[in-house]
Amino acid sequence: MGKAGAPEKLIMHGKRLDSRKLDEFRPMEAAIGVIPQSRGSATFSFGDTHAIVGVQGPGPMHPKGLQEPTRTKLRCHYFMAPFATSERGRPGRSRRSTEISMVIGEALSNVIFLEEYPKTALDIFMEILQANASTRCAALNAASMALAEAGIPMKDLISSLSVGKADGQILLDVAGAEDNFGDVDMAVATVGGGDAFVLLQMDGVITLAEFRTMLDMAKHGCAVVHKKQKEALMKHYNSEEVSL
Amino acid sequence: MSNDYMKKLILAGTRADGRALDEFREVVVTKGVIKTAEGSAMVTIGKTKVIAGIKMDAATPYPDTPNEGNLVVDAEFVPFANPEFEAGPPSEHSIALARVVDRGIRECHAIDTEKLVIVPKELVWSVHIDVHTINDDGNLQDAASLAAIAALQDCKIPKYDVEKKQVVKEATAVVSSGKSLPLQDTPVEVTVHKIGNKLFVDPDVEEIEASDARVTIASTENGDLCAMQKGGNGSFTVDELVKAAEIAIEKGRELRERLE
Amino acid sequence: MEMKSELLVKERQLVAPGDVLARGLEHLPGSGSYRKNTDIRSKLLGLVRLKDRIVGVVPLSGVYVPKPGDGIIATVSDMQSTFWILDINSPYDALLQLGEATAEYIDIAKTDISVYFDIGDVVYVKILNVSRSKNVTLTMNDYRAKKLIGGRLMKVTPSKVPRIIGKEGSMIELIKKYTGCHIVVGQNGIVWLKGSNEALAAKTVLMIEREAHIRGLTDRVTAMLKTEGTPEPEQAQAEEGGA
Repeated sequence: MGKAGAPEKLIMHGKRLDSRKLDEFRPMEAAIGVIPQSRGSATFSFGDTHAIVGVQGPGPMHPKGLQEPTRTKLRCHYFMAPFATSERGRPGRSRRSTEISMVIGEALSNVIFLEEYPKTALDIFMEILQANASTRCAALNAASMALAEAGIPMKDLISSLSVGKADGQILLDVAGAEDNFGDVDMAVATVGGGDAFVLLQMDGVITLAEFRTMLDMAKHGCAVVHKKQKEALMKHYNSEEVSL
Repeated sequence: MSNDYMKKLILAGTRADGRALDEFREVVVTKGVIKTAEGSAMVTIGKTKVIAGIKMDAATPYPDTPNEGNLVVDAEFVPFANPEFEAGPPSEHSIALARVVDRGIRECHAIDTEKLVIVPKELVWSVHIDVHTINDDGNLQDAASLAAIAALQDCKIPKYDVEKKQVVKEATAVVSSGKSLPLQDTPVEVTVHKIGNKLFVDPDVEEIEASDARVTIASTENGDLCAMQKGGNGSFTVDELVKAAEIAIEKGRELRERLE
Repeated sequence: MEMKSELLVKERQLVAPGDVLARGLEHLPGSGSYRKNTDIRSKLLGLVRLKDRIVGVVPLSGVYVPKPGDGIIATVSDMQSTFWILDINSPYDALLQLGEATAEYIDIAKTDISVYFDIGDVVYVKILNVSRSKNVTLTMNDYRAKKLIGGRLMKVTPSKVPRIIGKEGSMIELIKKYTGCHIVVGQNGIVWLKGSNEALAAKTVLMIEREAHIRGLTDRVTAMLKTEGTPEPEQAQAEEGGA
């Protein structure tokens, strides 16, 4: 194949271009309460990929004709800022951002108790400020935390990451050159770090056996992400014993 | 009301029309249905009907693939196909359908795009697949993907006048070079649905309403997986996903035979 | 296999959505928690509240969801010939029928009901009923119900209201004492203040909202009020301002 600019090898002696092991995450950062004007907000980063999310609502749904009588209408809006990639991106919606908004909404609909706010609208605005692969995963992780901060009732948090394959090896948390020149990219999300997959998108060629290995690696990785999200939520309110 | 009834049937391992959970309705593929297209095919799965048409034209290559042709896939959910479809810009579902069909073809390099170069780094063939829904009785995704691949198999590259920089036409008709597209695989998409802990394929329009979650899986001629997309509000366990992939590979083989 | 019942959390413990609060069938889910198989899990980021066998969670944040019986502060946003529509700081609007606003006989052909409440008026009112589809009706038929004139309004997180009121109104009394302000707190997170030092009263309310979950709040509030406020003589304990 040989795409323009591809490095000769992505993995050498079990280490990746950024010195990570095959099953190692980039440094992750998570925080909530970052946008005071939103009901709930959060940031989440995988290395250089930064996502910021704000939740507005539940609020009155207009036009009334589109209200759902028994539940809130969940509307997800995923955008990539024009300065998030090295080539300026076009602002506004794209087919890609529409599809990502949809799959993120489907993942979150699995855990949100939508019936607690009939006839309202719940809007989640997600923006990628800086992109280096796993952008929808970072957005979903932040969205889950922002919803918690907003007091939206949910069965659990959703945790997301990407796994991939490059130079024939299966990798956790695809980034940079691995994303552009690797063979496979699979974005997943599970509920509460467990065995229920609510998001799955895969591009690239893999065998059935490789699929199972990637799913297992993804499942364990999501549990690690879940811990990180929990830490951020607890830390914001001081994990020492509190009183009301 | 119809939802609960459908769910009950599937959970009991049966279906309203008597099919097994892993059984497709009758699949018919007809190639060359649109004279004005360079390639075309109509696919019916039960009462679901879609038509895919391919138009080819010369274009500048994308900056990161200067010596490869382009592939574009669009889908139109025409409102006559289902009373729920609205006129207007593409819905998120039609966008997602088109993108998943695209990835199934692109990721396994079904088209050898390096052989679609007209003038290196300057001019390449662009293959534009448009899938239109004619009647939606469920499972548009699998029908669309099958129609796209059938249309690619049917497609003939137009004659190109490099000096005049245009496709050769006689009156208004495109003149064919007689050459087929350089195809090197036949990816087939199968969408596996889930209700409770039961997996099933090819739902009709009522079964789709009852479905908790679905995963579309594209597989290649030699049984590898090349694209996947999970949809719906439900979830899958690891074991269910692996089982779904097995079903998709097996049903993919059956559907591939229909392309002959 | 024996299923042992176990409570895994303490009162006021901070929990996140999905956290397991109790195992076994001895405990029951309450507001803010749900049952999954034999576990009780939190739905919210909030603080555990235990009452007998019920394990619930109070959110640290969230919109107001109207409940029958709640006393709230509402603003008139619209009216028709026989009822008013009020903003109750919720995704849902509320209706106040003429018959629930006054016991007098009104000839609606001859009366413009804005003589009773006009657009922009602020009232303390009780929620009469909330239907399943969240149609909210209000009533003034309660000894606390009245128009609130003058003063200023503030918005706080509804779940912090109990802390702002204090045990048997102790926190409101404390603020009244040092700021000379009458304070009315609605369950819907709207606070009305009127008096000599409204700015200090508002500052105190915000401090309580911000630090409601941290130990020693009452002491800190008392300390701040002593420093920045002036203790009022007993006369401030007169009628609350109103219609």
